[in-house]
Amino acid sequence: MALLEVQDMHSYYGNIHALRGVSLTVEEGEVVTLIGSNGAGKTTTLRSINGVLPAREGKVIFDGEEIQGVPAHGMIEKGIAQSPEGRKIFSRMSVLENLEMGAYHRNDRDGIRRDMDRVFELFPRLKERIKQEAGTMSGGEQQMLAIGRALMSSPKLLLLDEPSMGLAPVLVERIFDIIKEINAQGTTILLVEQNANVALEIATRGYVLESGSIVNAAPAEKLRQDPKVREAYLGEI
Amino acid sequence: MARYRRFLLPAVLILLAVLLPFIDAALGTDALFTAITIAIFVMLALGLNIVVGFAGLLDLGFVAFYALGAYVVGWFASTHFNGVSFSLGSTATSLSGEAPDGIHISFWILLLLAGVFSAVCGMIIGFPTLRLRGDYLAIVTLGFGEIIPRFFQNGDNLNGFNLTNGTIGIKAIDSPGFPFLPDSLDTWQRFSTLDLNPWYYTILAMVLVTIYVNVRLQNSRLGRAWISVREDETAAAAMGINPVTTKLWAYALGALFGGFAGAFYGAFIKNIFPDAFSFNISILILCMVVLGGMGNIYGVILGAIALQGINFYLLPQLSTVVHAIGDAVGSAALSDVDLARYNFFIFGVVLVLMMLLRPEGIIPNRQRQEELRDDDPGTGDAMGGGARA
Repeated sequence: MALLEVQDMHSYYGNIHALRGVSLTVEEGEVVTLIGSNGAGKTTTLRSINGVLPAREGKVIFDGEEIQGVPAHGMIEKGIAQSPEGRKIFSRMSVLENLEMGAYHRNDRDGIRRDMDRVFELFPRLKERIKQEAGTMSGGEQQMLAIGRALMSSPKLLLLDEPSMGLAPVLVERIFDIIKEINAQGTTILLVEQNANVALEIATRGYVLESGSIVNAAPAEKLRQDPKVREAYLGEI
Repeated sequence: MARYRRFLLPAVLILLAVLLPFIDAALGTDALFTAITIAIFVMLALGLNIVVGFAGLLDLGFVAFYALGAYVVGWFASTHFNGVSFSLGSTATSLSGEAPDGIHISFWILLLLAGVFSAVCGMIIGFPTLRLRGDYLAIVTLGFGEIIPRFFQNGDNLNGFNLTNGTIGIKAIDSPGFPFLPDSLDTWQRFSTLDLNPWYYTILAMVLVTIYVNVRLQNSRLGRAWISVREDETAAAAMGINPVTTKLWAYALGALFGGFAGAFYGAFIKNIFPDAFSFNISILILCMVVLGGMGNIYGVILGAIALQGINFYLLPQLSTVVHAIGDAVGSAALSDVDLARYNFFIFGVVLVLMMLLRPEGIIPNRQRQEELRDDDPGTGDAMGGGARA
């Protein structure tokens, strides 16, 4: 059984039919990526899965349980954490306070400490800046913090929305190496990314979204060799 | 040593506050009435600080909770409902020694009831406004602050039932007291208007409890949730924080203290009427919070003391000085001026100056200071010029 299964999801912004029957699965231990151009519905898919924009039709099944009616703030209890688009860190809190917010719903002190150590191991830079106000850090550091904060809930599934956005290429490489490492440590990841190149490099499988529908689904290796994908998303002719 | 040092200043201040009636009596300054009035407003400002300072919800109608608290005491500790006769632990006795007309319930019970009633009303108005942000929320709360006094003004004939006694309001509200005490302690048995000490110690105890609760709230899980909702609601939800209940708690707790303060005010002032709960009071309380430093408990207390001090002490004193000057130079305009009438003008000037010179308030809250000083609060990428706490 898949960890996450989305069945025929339809979502709307007002009257605009943004998702037209999206179905996808994420198996435990995978990195699954959603690629597509601007406005294809990648972020909308994530927002519908995590309850920010509840889908009007369709089912979301997580860990054997239907969760399409669960509000956004209930997702973390179910085991889904996210690093939202635009990072949305608490810019006036310190790095430490941000990470503590990630563990807001937890009571197990030992577990929180272990996860904090794990985050600092993945992102040594965050440990150096532990007392710094989050809003004063660079974009790359803020992205690290957003991912670290999501990991503090010890999620089964991590939703990442555009982690490469606004970052220098060398930083993108580093962040994606760390995402790969997070996955290797046992966290399943659903990754939305415009930078299809790097996304397909670390993903197990990928879905291609176009105008709110999935037009292609295949193992990442296969998508990278697909002539259409190469032309449309990898910038090769 | 350093651990004890941070308790030193509060301890000294509390000691001074406890000794104030003795100091006042020794100096013959007769300042206890003013001190009690200031303390009521300290409590109101601390209540509003929960809503505005902690949770970041602009509330322009806080006077409503003050009024509700006062009317709860008015209804249940006076002869207003003279069709019934009910007494419970009250200090009220009629001249004939029989049970007096009206409902007379002990002030201490009513104090709790007033707080809870205000808190419930706070949640009721809070609920439909939770989806609103910023200016829109302010407008709705402004409306609520107007509706409640209007309701009390026109509530003298609700299908023939006189609930509020209209513009005249409710008179002769019972004093608090401890009727079970022996007669030798008569000032505590039944608080009298001749000896203000019991009143003073009651409101001082209430203020201290309010401060304690505020301090605890600020460092609690709920306090963290308020800060995160204030900063970014979407991100807060992603952390598992329910923005709706978080904001409702702010409304309810803020209103709770507003209700407590109103209950005390009603019993202390004895006569309450709708005009005593005008929009000006909401603004005055908000000024105290902003002036002192939104979100900073000690700043807010200082703001309340400063503004009420100006109102009750500085302006009358200044007026006397100006009158003397007017008499000396023979200027009728100067010798007749009543500066207390210009208090809102002076508050306005003070607020404008504060916004220009020190927008974060007298004693700023660390995070608030960042919010007010940052040029570009959303993204921190290009930051560099922001002032650090």
